[in-house]
Amino acid sequence: MSADEKNYIQGATGAWEIVIGMEVHAQISSKAKLFSGASATFGAEPNAQVSLVDAAMPGMLPVINAYCVEQAVRTGLGLKAQINLFSVFDRKNYFFPDLPQGYQISQYKQPVVGEGKLILDMPDGSSREVGITRLHLEQDAGKSLHDQSPNQSYIDLNRSGVALMEIVSEPDMRNSEEAGAYLKKLRTILRYLGTCDGNMEEGSMRADVNVSVRKPGGPLGTRCEIKNVNSVRFVMQAIEYEARRQIDVIEGGGQVAQETRLFDSGKGVTRAMRSKEDAHDYRYFPDPDLLPLELDAGWVENIKTSLPELPDEKKARFIDKLGLSPYDAAVLVAEKESADFYEAVAKGRDGKLCANWVITEYFGALNKSGKSMADFVITPEKLGGLIDLIADNTISNRLAKDVFALMVETGKDAATVVDEKGMRQVTDTGAIEAVIDQVMAANADKVAEYRSGKDKLFGFFVGQTMKASGGKANPAAVNDLLKKKLAG
Amino acid sequence: MSLDKAAVAKIAKLARLKLEPERQEAMTAELNTILSFVEELQAVKTDNVPPLTSVAPMKLRWREDVVNDGGDPEAVLRNAPGRQASFYTVPKVIE
Repeated sequence: MSADEKNYIQGATGAWEIVIGMEVHAQISSKAKLFSGASATFGAEPNAQVSLVDAAMPGMLPVINAYCVEQAVRTGLGLKAQINLFSVFDRKNYFFPDLPQGYQISQYKQPVVGEGKLILDMPDGSSREVGITRLHLEQDAGKSLHDQSPNQSYIDLNRSGVALMEIVSEPDMRNSEEAGAYLKKLRTILRYLGTCDGNMEEGSMRADVNVSVRKPGGPLGTRCEIKNVNSVRFVMQAIEYEARRQIDVIEGGGQVAQETRLFDSGKGVTRAMRSKEDAHDYRYFPDPDLLPLELDAGWVENIKTSLPELPDEKKARFIDKLGLSPYDAAVLVAEKESADFYEAVAKGRDGKLCANWVITEYFGALNKSGKSMADFVITPEKLGGLIDLIADNTISNRLAKDVFALMVETGKDAATVVDEKGMRQVTDTGAIEAVIDQVMAANADKVAEYRSGKDKLFGFFVGQTMKASGGKANPAAVNDLLKKKLAG
Repeated sequence: MSLDKAAVAKIAKLARLKLEPERQEAMTAELNTILSFVEELQAVKTDNVPPLTSVAPMKLRWREDVVNDGGDPEAVLRNAPGRQASFYTVPKVIE
């Protein structure tokens, strides 16, 4: 089965392929709004963060926030994209009560960032590239509340004018898993860059998902746009549902209507928004209140040199320099905090051993505790101390798990736990030999069987010896000595 | 290029302008006069002329990322057609 065929889903008339593209709105982490000096933070009292510019009072003029421009360029560079030194702000015209201007200031034909790319890290450790079409700057709208009164809608303009980056992908994704990986990777990059906090619950990142289906290799089908999906899981669910719905429509003899749909997360279905026939006639034109956005090439270059190491480069370094598997490297770089923690642990230690401990034991205990990494009792120094004791044979890897559990429980460091509990590994051959002698004496019949050719019993002797030593005997030494002694 | 009555009716609707049917004919003629004037302008050769974005020799001004506005809901709600607590209220609109 080819990579493509793996993605096909079966309908009554044969295989179908899903084609997915995404438009992500990411709120720029700025203090003030895109064109006014009102605060852009989340959670204030209604209309407490609104300037007369945001409320579109007559005569008010927009003045662009330099920091927001810088973050858009930084994000473009992080997506390995073309930066356009000349771009233009346009008015996107439509009427809605939470849009007091009657238009949204956006960028249409000449966006600040052009084509780029993003690498997906799939759960099986493989990678796949998705094209970025563009990134442009635009204003957010206000918020409408429809459930507060039977005959009125309430409007809060706090979000009105907040700076957004709209990041548009090529229709390069072929299943819901890739769409989920795209959203996660984009969020990771934005967080590394510090340009958006990526908090989907608070709405600082929202996805519009374009979905269509086609017969493999055939022409593109008619697409539907699922608006404002606010979690990775919902994006994946919405795609699964929508693809199946479209296949059913086509196979039932109907046609997919190009329309905007909403995802109902409670029911797990998409449904058509009541659409106005002219909804997409936005009559874009250049905003006469704003001159073109012109950037200096040197200024862009300065931003470029200030970029942090990004997840793809970090992942490559973890694989090449520290010997990690692509899967482990992808897990560790997914959050900058995790990568930093791992690097602190791995400094001067075995990269692979540290990765295993961070991913399996540390993340496991962290999740169980429900705490954040910063508040969790295990610091990189403590975990590193434990790994040092494994490396110098003070404790075995198996015993180290018990030590780790006690460290989580008590907050003590590894050496203290090992000393207090007497868990130090026995490498003294004399002591181990004594234990082996006891085991052999107590199992004389098995020794005879072994010597008469029943090699399989070796495992039994190892187990008995380890048990008798309270798990503290060095397994390699036990193996060596047992072999010698059993040979007679 | 010229507009027909249907296009004019659609433009009026998009602009939320109430255009009585008996006014459509006259409005169509008026708009077409403007369009034909623009067509006259298009006869000028502009192949080597960059698009004019401003008649003043100036560049876009940038502001620092500083919060120095907002924080006064009373000011923004002063002209509100309706309000409830600190919200604007409008006739119910549901998508």
